[in-house]
Amino acid sequence: MEIIMSVVAGVLFAAGIYNLLQKQLLRIVIGTVILSNGAHLFILTMGKLKRGAPPVLEYGISDYADPLPQALILTSIVISFGLTSLLLVLSYRAAQENNTDNMEKLRGNHDE
Amino acid sequence: MMSNLAVLPIIIPLVSGILLAFFHTKTPFVRHAAKLLSVISTGVAAYVFYYVVQNGTVTLETGGWEAPYGIVLVADLLAVTLVLTTNVIGLACVFYAPYSLTEQKERYYFYTFFFLLITGVSGAFLTGDLFNLFVFFEVLLMASYALITLGGEKVQLRESIKYVLVNLFSSIVFVTTVAFLYSVLGTVNMAQMAERVQEVEQQGILTTIGILLFFVFATKAALFPLYYWLPKPYTVPNPVVSAMFAALLTKVGVYSIIRMFTLVFIHDTTVTHELFIWIAGFTLVFGAIGALSTNNIKLVIAYNIIPAVGFMVMGIGIYNKTALSGSVYYMISDMIIKAALFLLAGAVAHIVGTSDLRKMKGLIHQLPLLGWLLFISAFVLAGVPPFSGFIGKLMIMQGGFADGEIAIVIIGLLSSLLILYSIMKIFVRGFWGEKDENIVIDRKTATALTWPVAFLVFLTVLLGIGAEIFYPVIDNISNQLMNPEIYIDSVFKE
Repeated sequence: MEIIMSVVAGVLFAAGIYNLLQKQLLRIVIGTVILSNGAHLFILTMGKLKRGAPPVLEYGISDYADPLPQALILTSIVISFGLTSLLLVLSYRAAQENNTDNMEKLRGNHDE
Repeated sequence: MMSNLAVLPIIIPLVSGILLAFFHTKTPFVRHAAKLLSVISTGVAAYVFYYVVQNGTVTLETGGWEAPYGIVLVADLLAVTLVLTTNVIGLACVFYAPYSLTEQKERYYFYTFFFLLITGVSGAFLTGDLFNLFVFFEVLLMASYALITLGGEKVQLRESIKYVLVNLFSSIVFVTTVAFLYSVLGTVNMAQMAERVQEVEQQGILTTIGILLFFVFATKAALFPLYYWLPKPYTVPNPVVSAMFAALLTKVGVYSIIRMFTLVFIHDTTVTHELFIWIAGFTLVFGAIGALSTNNIKLVIAYNIIPAVGFMVMGIGIYNKTALSGSVYYMISDMIIKAALFLLAGAVAHIVGTSDLRKMKGLIHQLPLLGWLLFISAFVLAGVPPFSGFIGKLMIMQGGFADGEIAIVIIGLLSSLLILYSIMKIFVRGFWGEKDENIVIDRKTATALTWPVAFLVFLTVLLGIGAEIFYPVIDNISNQLMNPEIYIDSVFKE
């Protein structure tokens, strides 16, 4: 199971980076979303995928899922959610102000 | 020592930031309240510093969860020293801000984001948990995203997109690295990681993860070849914001490198630390060349961040007690002087109305104090004795000679000359020459903008001349860094 998930995470990373390298701003934003999803899946996989009782709740169980990766992912998801919304607003404003969403044209020149 | 003191430098700016958000329409009130809160925050940071110097490392297990399971805050000497420096810089910036920002920008939550940035930076210095470090990175980055776009001008939006994307990408790589480390070591607590690294049998995988983590921090710290994103975005926001960024953000990256590579990844220094020396060499050369390449005074100073980071990483790469003392000393001095230089360049640009060096001359007639402050800053930055930059560089180089790393020491010396030249260029071209009658100066603003700069420059001069007073603390810091058991014991004591 871990192998499959690692591969899936890898595919997400590849797709994310491919999108990140595009010129269109919206594609780049989508790329970051896919990338962060890949990272989240990867954290879950690295904590070993296990079936079993929920941790902490009951005393004396031996077969339980590792709670730490779940806590990490939850934090990380919230952060990437906030960042994505910020990035969307920012790219919308930037595209509006500069009249283009093409990164090639957003380079700027020397005399500013 | 277990005490709530460790969390105060995080809580106070956080609460300040939130409180000020409620009154954002009452600008005059918020201005004064921000000054007061900043003074309080600095006072508390100074007390925590004093307490740690007297009593040793203070730790706090947040929420009462025991050390490896919960999040620990570790206020060791390095962390509290940097927290104090951060607060002092914040203090100078908060007094500078009202004269440099437009009222509209102040109203749109400048002070809130300002305090949140300090929260994030202090938290990153104090935390003893790798994932928590990531969270505090995000806190400070989120505040920095808001600050860099504050005002929403065309250029600002364009450059901040790149800034946000680069930092976002490196944060994702950071999370991935944490996941790798967790799968190998089974913990994210730094002290426990340090213990377990020594027990792992196949340490090759750890070296690989270590280098991956180094590249995350290198992106934040703007090291070669990952510095390309830094200079331009740092010139677009208001000078106060640039000063905060230049003084704090890259240094958080350097701090993380120091922390991780003196505590956790010390099992194979021939690979990792040797790599640092190479990278530091390239960073020194390319940053200094960049600084010479432009006529925009803000850009000159932004490029100067890069070789300074190179020096610090060089000290970490040499990895002996003298060199680490040098790195830490240079880092503190550089935080203050970079803030001063950015505020100074901002003041000049604000008063003259342009940051193009070709359009200014003879400013020394109208702005004598600012001119001489720039002159001193150049000496501090380049490391001319007796200023603080000299002492830091001297110790790094002594360490380098002791370990036989002659080549890097020579590169460091040569790049210092280029740095001196790049700042002197501003002094010679902008301040010398005949008085330019076209430049009209608003006396009151000019004076108000000069004092915070003078305060910071005075501090670096003090740090250089009074080196003997500060040296025992620095010596103690590098002693702690060279003996990671001290850190581990302070977390798992009793």
